[in-house]
Amino acid sequence: MNTTRELRVRPIVSGTVIDHIVAGQAINVLRILGITGVSDAVVSMIMNVPSNTLGHKDIVKIENRELKEKEVDKISLISPSTSINIIRDYEVVDKYNVEMPSTVEGMVKCTNPNCISNTNEPVTSKFIVQNDPFRLRCLYCEHVISEQIAQYLL
Amino acid sequence: MEFHRNHIISMKDFTRDEIDYILDRAGKLESLARSGRSDILSGKILALLFYEPSTRTRMSFETAMLRLGGNVLNLGSKDASSVIKGETLADTIRVISTYSDAIVLRHTSEGAAQMAMEFSSVPIINGGDGAGHHPTQTLLDLYTIKRESSLEHPDVAIVGDLKYGRTVHSLTYALSLYGANITFVSPQQLKMPDQIIGDLKARGAHVNETENLDQVLNNIDVLYMTRIQKERFPDPTEYNKVANAYKITNKQLAHVRQNMIIMHPLPRINEIDSSIDNTAHARYFQQSFYGVPIRMALLTIVMGTDI
Repeated sequence: MNTTRELRVRPIVSGTVIDHIVAGQAINVLRILGITGVSDAVVSMIMNVPSNTLGHKDIVKIENRELKEKEVDKISLISPSTSINIIRDYEVVDKYNVEMPSTVEGMVKCTNPNCISNTNEPVTSKFIVQNDPFRLRCLYCEHVISEQIAQYLL
Repeated sequence: MEFHRNHIISMKDFTRDEIDYILDRAGKLESLARSGRSDILSGKILALLFYEPSTRTRMSFETAMLRLGGNVLNLGSKDASSVIKGETLADTIRVISTYSDAIVLRHTSEGAAQMAMEFSSVPIINGGDGAGHHPTQTLLDLYTIKRESSLEHPDVAIVGDLKYGRTVHSLTYALSLYGANITFVSPQQLKMPDQIIGDLKARGAHVNETENLDQVLNNIDVLYMTRIQKERFPDPTEYNKVANAYKITNKQLAHVRQNMIIMHPLPRINEIDSSIDNTAHARYFQQSFYGVPIRMALLTIVMGTDI
């Protein structure tokens, strides 16, 4: 069992292990991080591995990169269960769970085509994050996004 | 109660106490709204920025300001202003706010007033933003119900285009603060969005839905009619069918409650037959007038003036 596990998740020297990603969302995590396949980043992606807490989960490992706060906030919107592990010299030097911010600015495009944030006005989109049920409410037009948030990420 | 607010953007910003405060102030200003002129806002300038056509909202704001002794600046048509040169709303607001003491904005995009607030150095009053909010309409609707019926747990039916109608969404929210029993009457394709029904129910509001107007007509205190817009229907036959089903005539009023009032934000097309105009139930023209005291109240509040 250990051998299989090691084959799947080979340790990295330094960088970030993004763990406990909601199964199926790893590709969207890569999109958030701007990893498109044309960069020279060393990236491993594992999807649908068994997880004690989630049933199944995805994992993304990126070498020699630590995430910015805005990237972590975006990940929290599509996968609130995610944990971030910062690795330096094979050691986990920091580990934390993503936390959904109470507001998000300039991260998500409003789905209302007639919203003022979708015009040439000098404003960025702003959403209030609501829980139970989870949804984003546009601060300007009050439209709500409650599903498939990944496709509206800026 | 002390109540100061710089901007009037959405009904959701108001508590019931704040709404009551505005309605009370409108009550104090009503006789002045009917005739005369005061110097309450003497020396103040109100800018009217209307990017969409408007008769009642624009003229009642003008009347309100003139009755209070202030002056009004009008953007005029979009074609005669810098808007046609492609100036952003944000820039227009930045500039106009240096010319005036408050701005009334009507715009085609939802959220325009909220954004204008971020760029303005003077109070913004939302005069309607796309399919979004129209708080001064809601306040005058509430004032009408208070003056002509009762705001204590009224039985209200709201009829017509409940999906796109910008006035009804704010109105239902506000009515829920007064414990109203609300029945939504609309064709299936124009029904109140589930999200709003869900929000209302979560707040403990009493709401029902039906497609049949006659079913509710005899058990309500307030009948709030709205216009069904032809352009919502790709098929004209379908429009005619729906428009006729939600048209009210004098005959249907035979068994309604004696004090039932009929309201409409106007303009109406044919949803209220003109034979109703002279009945004791019609209140839509009074409703239009009540826009003046309500807007006078709001102008004095945002400009921080006691009356």
